[in-house]
Amino acid sequence: MITSLKRIIKNGWLNFRRQGGLTFATVSIMVMTISLATFLFFFQGIVQHLVLGLQEKVDVSVYFKKDSFEEEILIAKEEIGKIPEVKDVEYVSQEEALNRFTEKHQDDLLLMEALNEVGENPLSPSLNIKAWQANQYEALSNFLQTASFNNLIEKVDYHQNKAIIGKIFEVSSNIRLIGIIFSLILGVIAIVVAFNTIRLAIYNSKNEIATMRLVGASNWFIRGPFLIQGVIVGIVATIVTILLFALANFFLNSRLETILPGFSLFNFFLANFWTLLLLQLVTGIGLSMISSAIAIRKYLKV
Amino acid sequence: MIRFQNIAKIYSSDITALEDISFKIDKKEFVSIVGKSGAGKTTLLKMILAQEKPSRGKVFFDNQDVHKIPHSELPHYRRRIGSIFQDYKLFPNKTAYENVAYILEVTGSSDLQIEKEVPQALEIVGLGYRHSNFPRELSGGERQRVAIARALIHRPDVLLADEPTGNLDPYHTREIIQLLSRINEMGTTVILATHNKEVVNNLGKRVITIENGRVIRDEKTGRFVL
Repeated sequence: MITSLKRIIKNGWLNFRRQGGLTFATVSIMVMTISLATFLFFFQGIVQHLVLGLQEKVDVSVYFKKDSFEEEILIAKEEIGKIPEVKDVEYVSQEEALNRFTEKHQDDLLLMEALNEVGENPLSPSLNIKAWQANQYEALSNFLQTASFNNLIEKVDYHQNKAIIGKIFEVSSNIRLIGIIFSLILGVIAIVVAFNTIRLAIYNSKNEIATMRLVGASNWFIRGPFLIQGVIVGIVATIVTILLFALANFFLNSRLETILPGFSLFNFFLANFWTLLLLQLVTGIGLSMISSAIAIRKYLKV
Repeated sequence: MIRFQNIAKIYSSDITALEDISFKIDKKEFVSIVGKSGAGKTTLLKMILAQEKPSRGKVFFDNQDVHKIPHSELPHYRRRIGSIFQDYKLFPNKTAYENVAYILEVTGSSDLQIEKEVPQALEIVGLGYRHSNFPRELSGGERQRVAIARALIHRPDVLLADEPTGNLDPYHTREIIQLLSRINEMGTTVILATHNKEVVNNLGKRVITIENGRVIRDEKTGRFVL
């Protein structure tokens, strides 16, 4: 058993090494397929980043009356935080609101002057609430209307922003959907190309396979080396692809950062390195082995 | 040991390769099957290997219907047979040594046994010095001799030789036929398909003559008559 396994591995390796042109062709196609899978992985990462970025911008602000005590607002914050639909609640005190306002509008001299004219802090303390999903804001708004601290609330800006919130979530879910459809189409193309390349490679060996059968080799003894060859092709193609992507990442990183602020391709690559490697190995080895196993079947009927 | 029973092979309504063939071959026999090209010699050998199915009739090997052997059992059956194919059927990506060693690998021989026996087999066919060459680097005759070494290496019960001297010069032809005779004397049944008159006549063994898909002559110590 172990001797057979050793011989199968040896024969697989020899086939890989000796079928120069054919090996090069299958490895190249596999590099392209794995690159596509890797590209789709990055693409999903970028889509995720865009969608999260959009959704991060969505929240509902609850403005409290200026005479509310901070403790009361913090109790309200705690109560809101317990609602399962709520992802995050942030307390912005009157001073904090003023700081943010001045920071944001420091170049607007007219506004700054007007603020000085007023003399006191005109802004209200608030709670910024983020929900997990767009359709949860409605329920959240209803909750606030009946909440025990409702008498402290000055206004909730949900109704003004309702349409925009809905739109943002619609756009982001569309982006996701397009991403998934795009990935599926490209994935199917890659699989078909890889499968047919390997099928042609095995077609090239069909006479040999028939001879192996005629001299008494068992199906596993014949199939084994082809599967091993597939594993080697997958591993080599993965190594080549990961090197190519590391290089591309390194050079494209700064350019992409200007297009996609806050998204570092290289950091994404490093952070997901092991997942990516696993994805590439599974794509490369899996595709090669499954294609080989399917393609070889009909030549084993001798 | 091997019995053909009313074998017919019809490819289409106007191509009948074999018609009502019946004969048997005993253990340790040396039988030459002769006939013109296209007479059906190769088809008969293919039927013993279960590579081809007869349209009618049965082929028995040790009383077992060859074409009823389950697909998964065929490898075990075929390991009892050594085949020298007309077109050699060498593995192009394996060296001469590896081509011969493959059979022993298939039958599960130990590495030690392979290392000992393969060079011996290559020596016997006069190719000891060619062990690391690939088939494409060998001449037609050399390829044929590698194919012979490959067919003999595992000491099969039966040796099927389809035109084994087709590409050999007279010197090597004599050598190979002597080798086949020696193997036969050691107990292996040899079935030789050939149209080499001189070889058959020098052997002085049983000759089955096929013409137009039928056995027209079967003589104990026959001669090549066509």
